[in-house]
Amino acid sequence: MFSRAYKTAVTVPPLAWVAVFLLFPYALMFCYSFWSVTPAQTILHSWSLDNYKELFQKSVYWQTLLRSMWIATRVMLFSLLLGYPLAYFLSFYSGKRKDLLYQMVIIPLWVSYLVRAYAWKTILGSDGVLNTLLQYVHLTSHPMDFLLYSPFAVVLTVTHIYTPFTILPIYASLEHIPRNLVEASHDLGATPAQTFWKVIFPLSIPGVVAGATFAFVLSLGDFLAPLLLGGPSGIMISNIVVSLFGAAYNWPLGAAISLGMLVIVISLLFLSERLEKRWSFS
Amino acid sequence: MTLADSQQRPTAPRSTWLALHASAVFGFLYLPIAVLILYSFNGQGVGGFPPHHLTLDWYRILFADAAIWDAVLNSLQVAFAAMVISLALGIPAALALDRVQFPGKALFRRLVLLPLILPGIITGLSLLMLFNLTIVKLSLLTITLGHGTALISVAATEVFAGLQKLDRAQEEASLDLGANYWQTFWRITVPNLKLPIIGAALLIFTLSMDEIAVSFFLIGRDNTLPLEIWGRLRRGITPEINAVSAIIFLFSLLTIVFWYRLRLRSQSAPDVGMELLDPPHETST
Amino acid sequence: MSPTPAQKPTLLSIRNIAKTFGRNVVLRDVSLEIAEGEFLTILGESGSGKTTLLRIIAGFETATSGEVWMGADRLDQQPPYRRRVNTVFQNYALFPHLTVEQNVAYGLRVAKRPNAEVEQRVAEALEKVKMTAHAKKKPSRISGGQQQRVALARALVNRPNLLLLDEPLSALDANLRRQMQVELKSLQREVGIAFVFVTHDQEEAMVMSDRIALLRSGELEQVATPREIYSRPATAYVAQFIGHTNLLRAEVRNGVARCGALSWQTSITDGPALFSLRPEHLRPSSVASNGAARIKGKVLQQAFHGATSLVRVECADGLVLVMRASSGGLTAQDVELEFSPADAVPVRESPERA
Repeated sequence: MFSRAYKTAVTVPPLAWVAVFLLFPYALMFCYSFWSVTPAQTILHSWSLDNYKELFQKSVYWQTLLRSMWIATRVMLFSLLLGYPLAYFLSFYSGKRKDLLYQMVIIPLWVSYLVRAYAWKTILGSDGVLNTLLQYVHLTSHPMDFLLYSPFAVVLTVTHIYTPFTILPIYASLEHIPRNLVEASHDLGATPAQTFWKVIFPLSIPGVVAGATFAFVLSLGDFLAPLLLGGPSGIMISNIVVSLFGAAYNWPLGAAISLGMLVIVISLLFLSERLEKRWSFS
Repeated sequence: MTLADSQQRPTAPRSTWLALHASAVFGFLYLPIAVLILYSFNGQGVGGFPPHHLTLDWYRILFADAAIWDAVLNSLQVAFAAMVISLALGIPAALALDRVQFPGKALFRRLVLLPLILPGIITGLSLLMLFNLTIVKLSLLTITLGHGTALISVAATEVFAGLQKLDRAQEEASLDLGANYWQTFWRITVPNLKLPIIGAALLIFTLSMDEIAVSFFLIGRDNTLPLEIWGRLRRGITPEINAVSAIIFLFSLLTIVFWYRLRLRSQSAPDVGMELLDPPHETST
Repeated sequence: MSPTPAQKPTLLSIRNIAKTFGRNVVLRDVSLEIAEGEFLTILGESGSGKTTLLRIIAGFETATSGEVWMGADRLDQQPPYRRRVNTVFQNYALFPHLTVEQNVAYGLRVAKRPNAEVEQRVAEALEKVKMTAHAKKKPSRISGGQQQRVALARALVNRPNLLLLDEPLSALDANLRRQMQVELKSLQREVGIAFVFVTHDQEEAMVMSDRIALLRSGELEQVATPREIYSRPATAYVAQFIGHTNLLRAEVRNGVARCGALSWQTSITDGPALFSLRPEHLRPSSVASNGAARIKGKVLQQAFHGATSLVRVECADGLVLVMRASSGGLTAQDVELEFSPADAVPVRESPERA
């Protein structure tokens, strides 16, 4: 039905743009990762694996990467623990309030990252709201330092920010479950709890996988929360990259790490896609 | 279930534990923001319980702050321009994904969606390297290009979802009656996509206004609002930042609620977020 | 109003059930007794409340007032998973993530029956519905008719006291539907469990049921065997809903009913009355019949229905009668029709309900 001209007009501009502004930059990053930087702070276009060697050999990079993955894992787990029951409640138990509550879930998503991270900073500091509150009601006698500038603060803040991201896909997959399956399960003698574990949960797994992936991937690459709240012990891999593109001026090394992150992320996305397919039954 | 007999949804069952948990999570999500807003009225500073001396001073200072206004203006310019770019590319992208088979389609689809799930740092840095190759200096322009690129996926997914609901026969009828493709596009396709396009525009605008991760690497001399705030955070915190945050929150809130209502109007059940976070499905062409 | 057929003890007793959704009154005061082992059909148009009634028995809705008893137990106060009632859903509601076998075994597994027992009963059930070959497949891989059998097996394997079927055949095409009607009926005879079958298709109801309960706007019009409901409809609605009929509005005086130019003997009391006359009871008049009511008319139209045709005849005073005649038998334009007065069945009015 559509003419050649139509098809070309509709395909070429976005393709071209994406090629120039997405594909090419990634390719560029790929190239950079094999180059090196001279002491005079210019880029040397000589191809070598030096950057990667350095990444594998120097422990600071490994340690930071592992710490970042551990933080990301915790964020993922907490987001799921907080988010799944909420999504379930919203889908099956919210009755007339469903619309309103759903809006309440998506609103935090679109409120600035900065606003939310900043909010936690003011709450967790030693002069912050939480500490002074606790002292005021005499639950503690002096401020708790570990609240801020620690991995704890990063995990807390990032969980806060990405939980709605986790709730949405889980909610969507729960909504897709035909309600007559739940009735059929009850009809056959299963209690609501049995019905949940035998019917509802298995059918919601694609949503869980999607939500978990978002939470993990996005937290892994986060650099803002660590900068604001992480302190020296909360540095994540992206912070290293940021400094390599800033004061520590080593673009090639930074590109190598970024590429590594890109590879990890893409692999996780593929993995999650396969898991979702395996667990989808419609 | 026969519709007429049981159009009425049976009353939702109750579960106290789930309701408690849900309330707790909502509390977790909203309390920090509530605290933030509360302390924007606090005369004593950003922390310290209980808040003393409630005042509007910080808001007054905020409104007199020229640097903030400059940053707001910059952000607005960037947001509008990014909106135009994303729509101008996202709408054709959605059409292409819906109707055209072309080599590399699967790759294209994934590539378009990648910036949405990829940490902003990777998108930002790769674009930085690109601009470094050219004579283009880092500036509002580079930020605009960055936002525009990253947000194409928002436009594409919203419009794609709208296309699924579009009756193909309408376009065929238009062609049958003598209109060419361009005319059909403007007279039939676009009006039917009005709601998804407006929805996408709102979202892109809001996301661009709040964007910081990608902008972080592409910034030149002029700050966008988030980056201006960021700069101040590094220097020292005053409740003025609370005040501006509260206002940002208010605007985001209004925009999103408005967007959600729009969506409700355009479809029976808003499946918000799912198309946004899932690749559009292949349809046979 | 609805005693069970003789010799069969009552299984389920529905007493004065009413159900309102918001301001919408769906069921008004429905009372019904269901006998053990009987095949009862709840028949009605969409909006009649038949599915709601079924769901109340199953436990997915609570009645606004009234009670449901099974034997000595008050059923309506129990949640669905404790009732000895199973349902075959309209869209089958098979679990997509479980195989056919696992679907059928579900109720038994939930009740924690021992493995050996589960396997044996599941095999038996699949055998009964002829789905043994497909045991290991997932529902997405079998046809609609096959899914329906699996849904049946899944419900029956639990040996419920009562099986509810919510328009299970409506998604099937006509031929498959007829085949399944026969199979369902014989299956029911074989297992001996009471079936409560909901449908809007009156032919289906006639073919399968021991008794039919006709529901209109939330109230029962008549509960009787198919034969009785056909030949002795209680109201105008029943007469028109089931099969074809001629509704004659007549004035009765001194044992004679008069409807325009038509008059016949009747035993009901004087006053206005409504009569139902089935098309097959009209015939071209012959000299031999005694006491038949007669009227002359012109043939308007013949609707071909295969072996027979429905013939529309316009009589004096504009009265149009529909007669069933063997196809091709009636050639003349002007006819005289007759019927035996006993075939004109008096029926009650069916007033509009709010």
